[in-house]
Amino acid sequence: MNAVLELLLEGEAHEPERLAAILGLELGEVRRQLAELSENGVLLGWRPVLNPEARGDREVRAVIEVKITPERDGGFNRLAERIGRFDEVESCHLMSGGYDLLVFVKGRSLHDVATFVSERLATIEGVVSTATHFLLRSYKEQGYFLGVPEQERRRLQVSP
Amino acid sequence: MAEPERFIARHVSGLPRSGIRDFFEVVAKMRDVISLGIGEPDFVTPWHVREAAIYALERGRTHYTSNLGTIELRRAISAYLARHFGPEYRPEDEILVTVGVSEALDLALRALLNPGDKVLYHQPCYVSYMPGIRLAHAEPVPVATRAEDCFAIDPEVLEAAWTPGCKVLLLNLPCNPTGGVTDREPLERIARFAVEKDLLVISDEIYGELTFEGTHVSLAGLPGMRDRTLLLHGVSKAFAMTGFRIGYACGPAALIEAMMKVHQYSMMCAPILSQDAAREALTRGEDSMLRMREQYLRRRELVVRRFREAGLGCHTPGGAFYAFPDIRSTGLDERQFALRLLEEEKVAVVPGTAFGADGAGFVRASFATGYDRLIEACDRIERFAGRVAAGGMA
Repeated sequence: MNAVLELLLEGEAHEPERLAAILGLELGEVRRQLAELSENGVLLGWRPVLNPEARGDREVRAVIEVKITPERDGGFNRLAERIGRFDEVESCHLMSGGYDLLVFVKGRSLHDVATFVSERLATIEGVVSTATHFLLRSYKEQGYFLGVPEQERRRLQVSP
Repeated sequence: MAEPERFIARHVSGLPRSGIRDFFEVVAKMRDVISLGIGEPDFVTPWHVREAAIYALERGRTHYTSNLGTIELRRAISAYLARHFGPEYRPEDEILVTVGVSEALDLALRALLNPGDKVLYHQPCYVSYMPGIRLAHAEPVPVATRAEDCFAIDPEVLEAAWTPGCKVLLLNLPCNPTGGVTDREPLERIARFAVEKDLLVISDEIYGELTFEGTHVSLAGLPGMRDRTLLLHGVSKAFAMTGFRIGYACGPAALIEAMMKVHQYSMMCAPILSQDAAREALTRGEDSMLRMREQYLRRRELVVRRFREAGLGCHTPGGAFYAFPDIRSTGLDERQFALRLLEEEKVAVVPGTAFGADGAGFVRASFATGYDRLIEACDRIERFAGRVAAGGMA
């Protein structure tokens, strides 16, 4: 694994200048490694991690368990991709167990999400059933805590 | 009543206060200081370890334990050392759980030394070595280590320092404050010397896991050493558990028994919650420990590079989380350097002489601090060193 990626994964820094300062690399070398990660399809993009409550966000998120009929050629892939292409879908995973796809969706309101499920998702040919669970509150997102008090990290200023 | 000092024992009143303590009092009066003077990890104890302590509390684990420590923790220590350090110790009578390595060291010195015995130890070294030896009514015999050797112990210098009456050799590898380590070959020579002079070795290996090149060589694992070595270790540094205060001593049963006697009449036992947490760390903490070590390694590279760019001589510390740069090029002594750096740039480092006279001309800078503060501190040190070299004041 390249040094830049290791540092990115630790979440300590993401600005090229910062990465360069920590690793003692030329800025150009950091940019080259980042570009390489993108070109190889390892690094797909950048998204901020937000606390929706702090932002006053009224968006509604739901997790949907979807049962689908696998196809002779391609199994679950074609339908998973088709479902994933909707803007409402944040992520889509094939699961083991009682259902096939786990789909995370978001919408402006409960009604939006309900409409998406009943009119778009459930009506796709090959979708056998859906079970929708609405998210009530998030506690941890992408490794960050939401609204949980900071850890106390005070140390003596000088110690042996 | 006047002059209560007259009641203080001579060997205590003659003892200097720790240079760290003096410096702490200067730093504590200032605000917004970036401190590289901290001798403990910046990471919070891994959650699974803290959770084990909570669970112990929930179950009402709030009583004394055996003087030696819980048998479960001693078994975990035994298995951990065999896997990572080499030597094997019986949990039943060759391991004593203590309140940090500090207590283990004190017990060892008190259990082994008669008044007037001599103790060889390398300098610069941890702040409690010389006072601990004195408190045991013994005589400290320092052995210098040098920057040009990256503060490794030179067996020749050690052998030359030996005098009749030397009974104990006290080692701390990797070393606080220098980060010094010593390769297997010179260590084997030191081991042979210990056998030849019939020395008992107290080997404080608290930074053992934080060895950055190759693997840590445990002295007790070298030929002929197991029966004349007390291996001192703990969970403070590798598992970021300083506040839990858990250390341990391992060695021949007769010596552990002697230390246990002192321990039983003074401390009784280490706190049970901390013992349970330490057991969790030793049995399931390896991944967390390795992640922290990765970070220390990267910070070491950063700090050493930046000190060199600032014109300070800086060897690469082979272990622990301290850089020990040579500040003599600035024309200041270590105390002036530390005080002016603090006043002019609000960065705290510890003068090398806090760790013995051989620390003159050096300061200890801990890199157990997050990147943001570390980079800012390096920027300020570079600015300060440049200004001092140009003969300027703030």
